[in-house]
Amino acid sequence: MVSIILTAVVALLGLAMVFGILLGFAAVRFKVEGNPIVDQIDSLLPQTQCGQCGHPGCRPYAEGIAAGEEINKCPPGGEETIHALADLLDVEAPALDAEHGVEKPKTVAVIREDECIGCTKCIQACPIDAILGSAKHMHTVIASECTGCDLCVEPCPVDCIDMVPVDNGLAAWNWDAPKPLNIIATDSASYHGAESV
Amino acid sequence: MSEYLLILVSTILVNNFVLVQFLGLCPFMGVSNKLETAMGMGLATTFVLTLSSLCSYLAFNYLLQPLGLEYLQTITFILVIAFVVQFTEMVVRKTSPVLYRVLGIFLPLITTNCAVLGVALLNIKKQNGFMESILYGFGAAVGFSMVLILFSAMRERIAVADVPIPFKGSAIGMITAGLMSLAFMGFTGLVNI
Amino acid sequence: MTTQELIPTCSVDIFDFHGGIHPEEHKTDSNQQPIRVLGLPPKLILPLKQHIGAASKLHVEVGQKVLKGQKLADADGPFSVALHAPTSGEVVAIDDQLIAHPSGQTDCCITLIPDGEDKWCELHPCEDFHQLSTSQIQAKVSEAGIAGMGGAGFPTAIKIAPPNLATIDTLILNAAECEPYITSDDRLLQERASEVVEGLEILIKVLGVHQCLIGIEDNKPEAILALQKALAGKDIQLCVVPTKYPSGGEKQLIKLLTNKEVPSGRIPADIGIVCQNVATVAAIYRAVRFGEPLISRITTLTGEQIAERGNVEVLLGTPIDWMLKQVNYQSAKVQRLIMGGPMMGFTLLHSEVPVVKTTNCILAPSPKELPLSPPAQACIRCGLCADACPAELLPQQLYWFSRAEEYEKAEHHNLFDCIECGACSYVCPSSIPLVQYYRHSKGKIKQQRENHRKSDQARERFEARQRRLEQEQAEKAAKRKERAEAAAKAQAAKLAQAEQQAEMNLDSASKAVVQEASDRSQTKQALADEALDLDTLKSAWEKAQAKLDKMFDALDDAKANNSEQVDKLTRAVEKNQMRVNQAKMAWQKAQKAQQIQSVSVTEAQEQDEPDIEALTLAVEKAEAKLIKMEDALAQAADEQKERLTRAVEKNKLRVEQAKQVLEDAKASLAKSQGANEAQSTIAEAEKPDLNALTLVLEKAQAKLIKMEDALAQAADEQKEKLTRAVEKNKVRVEAAKQALEEAQEQLNIDISDQSKGGKS
Repeated sequence: MVSIILTAVVALLGLAMVFGILLGFAAVRFKVEGNPIVDQIDSLLPQTQCGQCGHPGCRPYAEGIAAGEEINKCPPGGEETIHALADLLDVEAPALDAEHGVEKPKTVAVIREDECIGCTKCIQACPIDAILGSAKHMHTVIASECTGCDLCVEPCPVDCIDMVPVDNGLAAWNWDAPKPLNIIATDSASYHGAESV
Repeated sequence: MSEYLLILVSTILVNNFVLVQFLGLCPFMGVSNKLETAMGMGLATTFVLTLSSLCSYLAFNYLLQPLGLEYLQTITFILVIAFVVQFTEMVVRKTSPVLYRVLGIFLPLITTNCAVLGVALLNIKKQNGFMESILYGFGAAVGFSMVLILFSAMRERIAVADVPIPFKGSAIGMITAGLMSLAFMGFTGLVNI
Repeated sequence: MTTQELIPTCSVDIFDFHGGIHPEEHKTDSNQQPIRVLGLPPKLILPLKQHIGAASKLHVEVGQKVLKGQKLADADGPFSVALHAPTSGEVVAIDDQLIAHPSGQTDCCITLIPDGEDKWCELHPCEDFHQLSTSQIQAKVSEAGIAGMGGAGFPTAIKIAPPNLATIDTLILNAAECEPYITSDDRLLQERASEVVEGLEILIKVLGVHQCLIGIEDNKPEAILALQKALAGKDIQLCVVPTKYPSGGEKQLIKLLTNKEVPSGRIPADIGIVCQNVATVAAIYRAVRFGEPLISRITTLTGEQIAERGNVEVLLGTPIDWMLKQVNYQSAKVQRLIMGGPMMGFTLLHSEVPVVKTTNCILAPSPKELPLSPPAQACIRCGLCADACPAELLPQQLYWFSRAEEYEKAEHHNLFDCIECGACSYVCPSSIPLVQYYRHSKGKIKQQRENHRKSDQARERFEARQRRLEQEQAEKAAKRKERAEAAAKAQAAKLAQAEQQAEMNLDSASKAVVQEASDRSQTKQALADEALDLDTLKSAWEKAQAKLDKMFDALDDAKANNSEQVDKLTRAVEKNQMRVNQAKMAWQKAQKAQQIQSVSVTEAQEQDEPDIEALTLAVEKAEAKLIKMEDALAQAADEQKERLTRAVEKNKLRVEQAKQVLEDAKASLAKSQGANEAQSTIAEAEKPDLNALTLVLEKAQAKLIKMEDALAQAADEQKEKLTRAVEKNKVRVEAAKQALEEAQEQLNIDISDQSKGGKS
């Protein structure tokens, strides 16, 4: 009796040992350096470096997402970014988390140049060096580079920076999407309205 | 030789594990939203199934049987499958990080995929030989992958089609799976094995 | 039709392209009448962007008189074309005007009022183009501001100077004009075939091609005949293709005539073919032969609402409503005006928009003639669209993906190969507006690409900045290290020197002196830091001692006078003595711990100081700015007064706020000091504040003096302003003084508290 139990235990232990050794070997052989998916996530983020997600930039947030963080913390990217991320990670696309801000139309920073005192504070705040100027001289924003992250507004001592909605005029114009079809009678609002009456 | 062919036809079509024997339904519903994911899952499962049916055959015939420990087959097979799955996970993580992230929990869950354990146990029950065991596992995996890919292709189309709201998502998926199953029932009697 | 028999056989094989449709042609509505020249409109509106690419760069200004053919705007870069005055007159405005665009939006336009003289500027005609070099011809075309006149508006100068000029072997003249209703090219060929043929010869020379083909649909027999006549004896092949929409599509015509397919995402030049529109070739001829820039074009005016249908030659910039008035146009109840044909044109939202280089047709259909499409229904997956698609796409798949906003998949199904010909929408039994879906998706994808490009750019810049900051940090650290090392070396050298000296002076007395000196040098820094602290402690001790002495006196007195108080006093004295001892001990301890404390105290100071210092600094800055502004105000002209006043007021507010913050900070500091047990820190922390305040006071006083000087120098009219400013400044100085006094008082109180604390 004892020998039967002993054989069973030894057999299983032996098997487990063999597998353990093999797995240990595989772990060394197939070691993964870093997390390549971070790059892919990072490429989908809008790169405003605004910090509204609570991370000090887009890449840290990408790392956060790769580590399992929610994907709905990026107001500048909005729904589009969430959808792209959801698509990449094959998860349901959640609504934007209002805690981190709401999706706003694209803006650029504009310095009211006659009020600028040349303090360079906004230059230091700009994460992408899109503000030109030097101490005691007027500053200006390179509009084509500005991501509209808002980070320069707060430090300005004379409040001479405005966030202006981007207006590209005809270049940004796009054909309207056709009206959505409502061909399933039971899905239309009027159907439900009629039912309740 | 024709025997091997019959095994393949039987496992892929006639006795398809998912649509006829209803084994391994969780990944079938879970990872069929996107075609690429389904392909990845199909590949991973094929790898695991073939390797685990080989390993379990070896474990049973050269370890359990000589020692008279046949009653330990279930636990041994689970051990074998867990090992193979772990190994696969490492390989997938190294070779395709996106697939690794996309498969997510379903990759380690192959361990508890009833189709995998089912194949190992059925191999013993049918007293399949070495080659037959491997082919049986491989055929089951191919059958699984095939219906998974077919199903996900259909789901991709359904996702953009006009589906009444109450049927959207998993509901229409279930109905589609049911229809697919009905279709596969049509293979009954093609081969008898 | 008998004309069919007149059509010559073609020496080149005609192939076929996939799909295509046969909509009602309506060509005879307008191709029977000769081209009419419409007169001068009351005004011309010339958009700066009538082509694909960058808008033209302005060359004139408002009020300028221009001659016919004078350049109004230059090409802005290679991917742009110039713009010329269609007639002589005056530029009255350069502003945003409604333009012919599906969005109905405005764009920058030059408005020209004709003077009626229609006087040409100097032109450079050329009798024989063979004398011109290729580059001269290319320059002439480029100068003439010609853009593709078939509808797309691609700058022709680029098209006739492709980078792979050597590999171009075929020139195709696109005379198919497959779109229903439009007959402008047809009519042009009928009347001016020789001009077109000569234009072709110019292009053959420029491109150096061996083969030149003319593709024309078999529904234009008169044009074919005219061409035949003009082509007699020339090495240009006329290829008559069967009528099928959209055979006039560039890629489709190439397939028809050469059986070659333009690869996805490429242009015909990549397979050695250049395709030109009839009107464009005619314009090239006029530009080279007569030096005339592109200032007019032939436009078809058709549709049941127009009585005198036909083709007209109009100046670019002619308002469409004026043009329609000239041809007896009757507006219908529900009127649609379409620019371009019924298949690929777009509905004009405003009729006052001008004719541009790409306006080949204005269609004014009656509601019955071209009814609005009925509401879309469900896709029944009939597949007719795939059969009709000339680009061999899967319109149905594209539709599903576009609808579900799965743009990536739509792109994967070659959405961008769609030529938006409208054949799929035309055949759709469910009347789904397929093309609109594709256009929308294309726009979305372009937007996404643009966003992606921008975010990549931002990432690059962000990373560059990160690198720069890191580098700066590293440089700073290296410098600091260097400095520290230098200091250490200097110290070591000094010490070594001192030791050397010590060795030289073997005398023990002098040795002791040196020892003392080195000791002093070591503790000097610490002492300096700690001096105040020690002083305070010492003064507290001394005060306590003085009190004790007084008490001893009192005790003696009491002993002499009254025995009852003696006990009490003795106890008090004993207590006091204890306190004095404590104070003494504290002082000694402090002295002992000098070196250790000095470090920590300095740190504590540093932590405390910046707050108040920063605040003081802010106040100073704000005040300085205020003063500056006031100065500026005083000197400013009247027109700037208001703005400056506002700025000054704003600044004042900010100064007030800063002051308030400073006061608050001071109050809180005082409070915290009151509660603070560590005596040394109090005195130290208060010091900088006091210093800062004194500084502020001094500065303010200096400013006041400056102002008073300025006042003295100021003219009478500025006196009042300055007086006010000076008064204000006086008040500020008063306030600063008061603040200083308060702070001093506070400090005194603190010190007395400390001493009291020492006593109690």
